[in-house]
Amino acid sequence: MSEVFTKSMARNIYYGGSVFFILLFLALTFDTSSEVPKRDNHEAITEQVALGKKVWEENDCIGCHTLLGEGAYFAPELGNVYKRFGNSTDAIVGFIKSRPVEGIPGRRSMPQFNLSDEELQAVAEFLKYTSEIDTSNWPPNIQG
Amino acid sequence: MKYQSQAVAKPYFIAAIGLFVGQILFGLVMGLQYVMGDFLFPEIPFNVARMVHTNLLIVWLLFGFMGAAYFLVPEETEHELHSPLLAKVLFWVFLVAGALTVLGYLLVPYARLAELTMNDLLPTMGREFLEQPTITKIGIVVVALGFLYNIGVTILAGRKTVVSMVLLTGLVGLAVMFLFSFYNPINVVDDKFYWWWVVHLWVEGVWELILASILAFVLIKVTGVDREVIEKWMYVIIAMALISGIIGTGHHYYWIGAPEYWQWWGSIFSALEPIPFFMMTVFAFNMVNRRRREHPNKAAVLWALGTAVMAFLGAGVWGFLHTLAPVNYYTHGSQITAAHGHMAFYGAYVMIVLTIISYAMPILRGQEAADPRAQVLEMWSFWLMTVSMVFITLFLTGAGVLQVWLQRFTDNPQPFMVVQEKIEVFYWLREAAGLVFLLGLILYVAAFFVKGGERVMASNAVADTA
Repeated sequence: MSEVFTKSMARNIYYGGSVFFILLFLALTFDTSSEVPKRDNHEAITEQVALGKKVWEENDCIGCHTLLGEGAYFAPELGNVYKRFGNSTDAIVGFIKSRPVEGIPGRRSMPQFNLSDEELQAVAEFLKYTSEIDTSNWPPNIQG
Repeated sequence: MKYQSQAVAKPYFIAAIGLFVGQILFGLVMGLQYVMGDFLFPEIPFNVARMVHTNLLIVWLLFGFMGAAYFLVPEETEHELHSPLLAKVLFWVFLVAGALTVLGYLLVPYARLAELTMNDLLPTMGREFLEQPTITKIGIVVVALGFLYNIGVTILAGRKTVVSMVLLTGLVGLAVMFLFSFYNPINVVDDKFYWWWVVHLWVEGVWELILASILAFVLIKVTGVDREVIEKWMYVIIAMALISGIIGTGHHYYWIGAPEYWQWWGSIFSALEPIPFFMMTVFAFNMVNRRRREHPNKAAVLWALGTAVMAFLGAGVWGFLHTLAPVNYYTHGSQITAAHGHMAFYGAYVMIVLTIISYAMPILRGQEAADPRAQVLEMWSFWLMTVSMVFITLFLTGAGVLQVWLQRFTDNPQPFMVVQEKIEVFYWLREAAGLVFLLGLILYVAAFFVKGGERVMASNAVADTA
């Protein structure tokens, strides 16, 4: 770079650019926080859903699955699993409950987490809640 | 070593390399679990192996960043480190906390670990990359504060260079953004929105400042190019990194329930994110071409150039590949994401830490550069690890393209597990490439143990072996 473009000009771009875009990001975040309630299905958040999120977190479900596309890519997307299982929390409970303790020879298998009935219901309700968040039509189809 | 206190960097670098080895071993376990689903089941389920793999990566990179700071700050500020003792104490605190956390992952079920560490009091566990028990997170904050105090006071007391100020800005940013890991609302949209303030604003924000300053420091040392020139370049690169990267956070907000305007903000700004990485490549090659000295540490020069190229490919090119909203609609959360994650982390952050280790370690061991035979071995490890990472990325990309096609794009989308079986061949090839990476890593470690003749601390006395 020639002498026309000096170090202090470069420094000013760094400071000025950073500050400007941090402020813009904060402004967009502020606007987002007022827009999100229209899309986030917060009406569905109950005590049970809160417990479900706790069960979801304390068993590290995100370590194999994705939720709205984020997480690990080892096991199916669960943001829409409620819909994939025919809009049934019972189907979700049944699946989690029936995982074999020793796995399935040669295949990937979900561990048996020995959840209580209350925890099972809660995590299923949590997944029902996430399936009704407005995700701009993602995933593209029911397979996740 | 110009300053005695730089010596505290050495245990940090050794710990970083040790944890790196652990990270790769668990990576190979996971790679095998992709094709042999019952491997180590139920003793080490995939999610546990993955936590160990990703958390070890983060911890060893942090060890590397801290080691880099302890090494370069005294030299930049021309001032001994404020408290070498504090640095040593924090080293052991961080290492023990890290080791206990990993043992916790491996030895007890995660739910039990949550119970033992009283996650109920302040639930922060069970989110990707932030799986650490809350008590560990608090420990990380304490170590970070002590570290920043130590580095900050040293910088205040000494010469203030652009390199050390940018490094400090990056490190402070790292600590500040980590505080968002304590915010865990029940509302999934809010949770995800602020989770990215840690993850994205680390790797596509403040960590880039750390990367740029370490790279600038090494280039100043090995090329002898005027500091003014290098600092000007660095300002432009980090300006572009933040200008594109901050609003670029929006590329994570397309499908998580945030407003749809993020599809525009995220696509446009993250499309600019390759620019600073491209500039970094041009910059590194330019400086090496304009070098005013022949530094005997050829390996360090190779790592520095490699960092710039691989960061551009991994973060820049593979990031751009799936960052535009209409593309990301199909690729989001697929093996394409995994491909990008692997090459970006390796190219940008693994390689910059290996660059500073390559430059600093011989000096910490009383030589200007390692024995030429050791350097040859180190360069072999560079090529084996780098080329195998390129192949890991290509195989995962192949897997990802097919996955997207079969599961999301065709008229008859197939279930996740059906698709996984169809793309198995790519996972086998990825595992094979991973074994080559391990071989490279073994050579990398071995290079530290190559015994050479006594070497003179003068650059012109070095045979041109590289």
